[in-house]
Amino acid sequence: MNVVVCLKQVPGTTQVKIDPQTNTLIRQGIENIINPFDTYAIEEGVRLRERTGGKVTAISMGPPQAETALREAISLGADEGILLSDPTFAGADTWTTSYTISAALRKLGQYDLVICGRQTLDGDTGHVGPQLAEMLALPFIAYVSQIEEIADGSLRVQRMVEDGYEVVESPLPAVITVVKEINMPRLPSLRGIARSKSATIPVWGAKELNTDPGRVGLAGSFTRVIRIFSPQRVCQGEIFQGEAEEQVDCLVNRLKDDGFI
Amino acid sequence: MSSEHYRGVWVFAEQRDGKIKGVACELLAKGRELADALQTELSAVCFGHGIGEVEQLIAHGADRVYLVDSPALANNQEDLLTQQLIEMIQQHRPEIVLAGATALGRALTPRVAAALPTGLSADCIDLEIDAEKRLLLQTKPTFGGNIMAIITCPKARPQMATVRPHVFSRGEPDSSRKGEIVKLDFNRERMTSRTKLLDFVAEITETVRIEEADVIVAGGRGLEKAENFEMLDELASVMGAAVGATRAAVDEGWTAYSHQIGQTGKTVCPRLYIAVGISGALQHVVGMQTSECIVAINEDPNAPIFEVATYGIVGDLFQVVPMLTEKLKKR
Ligand SMILES: Cc1cc2nc3c(=O)[nH]c(=O)nc-3n(C[C@H](O)[C@H](O)[C@H](O)COP(=O)(O)OP(=O)(O)OC[C@H]3O[C@@H](n4cnc5c(N)ncnc54)[C@H](O)[C@@H]3O)c2cc1C
Ligand SMILES: Nc1ncnc2c1ncn2[C@@H]1O[C@H](COP(=O)(O)O)[C@@H](O)[C@H]1O
Repeated sequence: MNVVVCLKQVPGTTQVKIDPQTNTLIRQGIENIINPFDTYAIEEGVRLRERTGGKVTAISMGPPQAETALREAISLGADEGILLSDPTFAGADTWTTSYTISAALRKLGQYDLVICGRQTLDGDTGHVGPQLAEMLALPFIAYVSQIEEIADGSLRVQRMVEDGYEVVESPLPAVITVVKEINMPRLPSLRGIARSKSATIPVWGAKELNTDPGRVGLAGSFTRVIRIFSPQRVCQGEIFQGEAEEQVDCLVNRLKDDGFI
Repeated sequence: MSSEHYRGVWVFAEQRDGKIKGVACELLAKGRELADALQTELSAVCFGHGIGEVEQLIAHGADRVYLVDSPALANNQEDLLTQQLIEMIQQHRPEIVLAGATALGRALTPRVAAALPTGLSADCIDLEIDAEKRLLLQTKPTFGGNIMAIITCPKARPQMATVRPHVFSRGEPDSSRKGEIVKLDFNRERMTSRTKLLDFVAEITETVRIEEADVIVAGGRGLEKAENFEMLDELASVMGAAVGATRAAVDEGWTAYSHQIGQTGKTVCPRLYIAVGISGALQHVVGMQTSECIVAINEDPNAPIFEVATYGIVGDLFQVVPMLTEKLKKR
């Protein structure tokens, strides 16, 4: 089973601030990590390889420093990493990201399953998995929480929905996104760390992928971010005073006055 | 085709088992405002089989309902829904398409946007119109709600967005509203479906579903262990409430994921939300901040939950909650 895992390098915190002067995110001093949701995708890929053989290829689109995320993926058990990086890829929205990754998957050829995380920490969209599937004309299943069976060119999974889960079957190759309930990612192994240091990470840019300049990066993006801001949170509520009993009495009275009880 | 050739606002009205989801009515209420600002029509698009009360979509603001009824569409096979929606958008060219940010909506819309192709924003919490440019201004949380971004799709059409359930209010239905129901044929032969839904296993045990509850009692790490959730169950049963939880409580295994509220769980908007032993991390708050009244019970006066609370009790929940339950019982 050849598995491709798509991962993104993201700031290692959601506590980001906006520079009031430039109105852009302050990224300085923030360490980058593998998008936490993508670590479950890596782990699941590695488990599938352990069960069925084949290999796990980690792919990431991003600036040159995203190479560290791919090396980390190798330390966690991926066999190889490919970095998709090119000045023209910068500023991509989810559509152009998906377009670029789909071009890489076409170039890569031999794969049975593509695994993405449920969403990224910074963008929070969860678009890339389904968009990749559509662009590659592959079947797609979102929010997979368990792979029940995978054999003979087909896959059966459990996927989480609002009130429970669905059991879904699909032919391979396919694209899935996974949720954190699917597994417990392992820690890097010593062998993995050694391999990650010596691994060569090929970089595929616009030339290697033969991407259409009108469909990548900011230029190709359909969406524009016109403004970012921090939501204001100020306490306008009433904090009751006194002993617990008095506070509870006050609360009951208020809820009664407001018609909630 | 340039954007002048696209007119009208569409709402994808999701159904399950023939029942239209509440988020469709919320989107229609908002969609009505958007359509009025653009002086255009509002349509609901509904796919399924034997769907009841389609007229309610008109009562909630639609001028037109595109209804595609076929046994093949009964259980939301995503491949079929995707292809059908793509075809209809290409044919009718709406300028805006909205869907709920549900498990289905979040899987379906990116594929539709990828194919058309056009832009899409996810999980919006506000929508406005720039009437002059006929642009949809889409506000969405990023970085787990720490940053809000306003997104537009300046050139491509339609402009597409998913919206979290319960961020817009549903409005009162008006059964005297007039609208047309347009029944469209579903051509199963032309469509391919590769993924197959084999089974659905329900995991909600509660009698009251949290998405629909008027009152929610939610617990966090402050409850310390699974058994203590019984204390919440008791308060909830006195109030006719549903029980929610933070991710921390779900991760500890104290309750099932289907109760999780927040960025990676459900968005809820009850009239009353009682947060017990919850710190109020942004990832949790984004899922409940639009509740009409929020009560926080927490021993730490600096817990951020008090910033969104209408009423706050600073105290030990193990003392406060049983006391509150008793007092409510006595009434
Ligand atoms: C990508 C991502 C997605 C996430 N998605 C979600 C999500 O969907 N939903 C969600 O909820 N979280 C989510 N989180 C987690 C979130 O950041 C917080 O960690 C979580 O909400 C904290 O849960 P909590 O309030 O129960 O626990 P804590 O933050 O540990 O708070 C416990 C609170 O209980 C109080 N307390 C303790 N003992 C008592 C007592 N005896 N009496 C009164 N008060 C007491 C404490 O003062 C404290 O404020 C997400 C995080 C990430 C990184
Ligand atoms: N730049 C990227 N490179 C590789 N994979 C990505 C990238 N962006 C997103 N993904 C994958 O798509 C998933 C959803 O991302 P998003 O649509 O940005 O929320 C992530 O969890 C990753 O698996």
